[in-house]
Amino acid sequence: MKKILILGAGTAGTIMANRLVRKLDRKEWSITIIDQHAKHYYQPGFLFIPFEMYTEEDVTRNKTDFIPKNVEYIQESIEIIEPDKNRIKLNNGVTLDYYILIIATGTNIVPGEVDGLLDSGWGENAFDFYTVEGSVALARCLKDWKGGKLVVHIAEMPIKCPVAPLEFTFLADWYFSKKEMRDDVEITYVTPLSGAFTKPRASGVLSHLLENKHVKLVPDFNIMNVDGTAKKLVSFDEKTVDYDILVSIPTNMGDSVIERSGMGDELNYVQTQKHTLQSKAHENIFVLGDATDLPSSKAGSVAHFEAEILTENILQFIQNKPLKEDFDGHANCFIESGFGKGFLIDFNYDVEPVEGKFPLPIIGPMALLKESRMNHFSKLAFKWIYWNILLRGWPIPMITAQMTKLGKKL
Amino acid sequence: MATKNIAGVNIDVNEEGYLTNHAQWSREIGEAIAKEEEIKLTEQHWNVLEFLQKEVKENGALPTIRRLTKSGIVDTKTLYQLFPNGPLKKASKIAGLEKPASCV
Repeated sequence: MKKILILGAGTAGTIMANRLVRKLDRKEWSITIIDQHAKHYYQPGFLFIPFEMYTEEDVTRNKTDFIPKNVEYIQESIEIIEPDKNRIKLNNGVTLDYYILIIATGTNIVPGEVDGLLDSGWGENAFDFYTVEGSVALARCLKDWKGGKLVVHIAEMPIKCPVAPLEFTFLADWYFSKKEMRDDVEITYVTPLSGAFTKPRASGVLSHLLENKHVKLVPDFNIMNVDGTAKKLVSFDEKTVDYDILVSIPTNMGDSVIERSGMGDELNYVQTQKHTLQSKAHENIFVLGDATDLPSSKAGSVAHFEAEILTENILQFIQNKPLKEDFDGHANCFIESGFGKGFLIDFNYDVEPVEGKFPLPIIGPMALLKESRMNHFSKLAFKWIYWNILLRGWPIPMITAQMTKLGKKL
Repeated sequence: MATKNIAGVNIDVNEEGYLTNHAQWSREIGEAIAKEEEIKLTEQHWNVLEFLQKEVKENGALPTIRRLTKSGIVDTKTLYQLFPNGPLKKASKIAGLEKPASCV
């Protein structure tokens, strides 16, 4: 019996477990998945919690509900990976050997990497919305807030779901308008990038939208420290931004087990082959989801597309066949823009988000890089798709792992 | 692609003035680009520039600011003083390297 170990039962690891168990001969292969946590969160839903659209219950399930029955699940944290010995050690002292290792340990926010962020006001007037605790605390704060300066701030790139801070900003504009207090709230968007987003055409459209919504954009802001007492952000070139409420997107880093095992870059992301998802250092180690150092977005859609390609490649690897260089960096993201509308963007390593129709050319029904109600409703419907189709490792009809150029205005 | 006369030599550059062929770079060209960017190069500047060139040679890619400051060559505050407004963009241009890719 040969063993496949999957580290991490988040979006990427769970999809892999579901896909592999259907493809591999149970007499020959055993699959074990390991995660330190019991709860699976629908992370795209964290965005809606501060605005009272979702509650914690809406986005929380048990991880075991999504692990297939022929896969062994161990809830324990991982002490270290020893790739040269093909084994890992768990915190409880147990050692597990593997024939193939799949790393899906994700990325976390690390507020301590931003000087001063944890010193004063964290959880009182400075929050994150990338954790369930953060977004629940923020919801409580915004509910009774009387207005003032709201600052949304990205510390450094890359971050998980790079559109989420923009969506947060658009929803804040809508939320305070709905509460008839928009005039009492000054919203500022502070980013280390030169514009609203990383990709030029989408950045143009989204910067314009910030302007329409009377959000002040502060680009090229490289944070030196947060002064929680004076309630201001200070940059390395001595610019400052004042806030009453700070919504911070702190530095994102891969899991600390990657650092302990000496397997990552300076942000603990594992060096990964861009098109095959094999680790650059070890041929029987594969990496997917947010744990990689790939220049693709850190997003659930990317993990889903990667899982489809990685399943094929694991089968190739087992049969000693060459790996397929099929992963193209495909990402597909809804951008909630407030007032019941949304955008959809579809892009990969080489093709930036452009206008067009999706998933079918001309027909759509979804519009790319354009605001529409259909995109908003699709985003809300996606929660059901996530729990029932995506995590189970089933394909989403008409949406392919590789990006299509059909229907796009290139 | 365009050609630009820098320090008396014709050099291949892209539309933003980044060298497209690093083999054409020399210290004099670095000095000339720095002057256009209103930066007077000191030994500390050169430490950064040489580190970037070494990284690109060894890894085929520019390091991130985090990697640069972790290396102990320079701290972040000083880096921003040496190369104001986008240190990596400025430094890679002077060092005759490609423009840092914007993140994802």
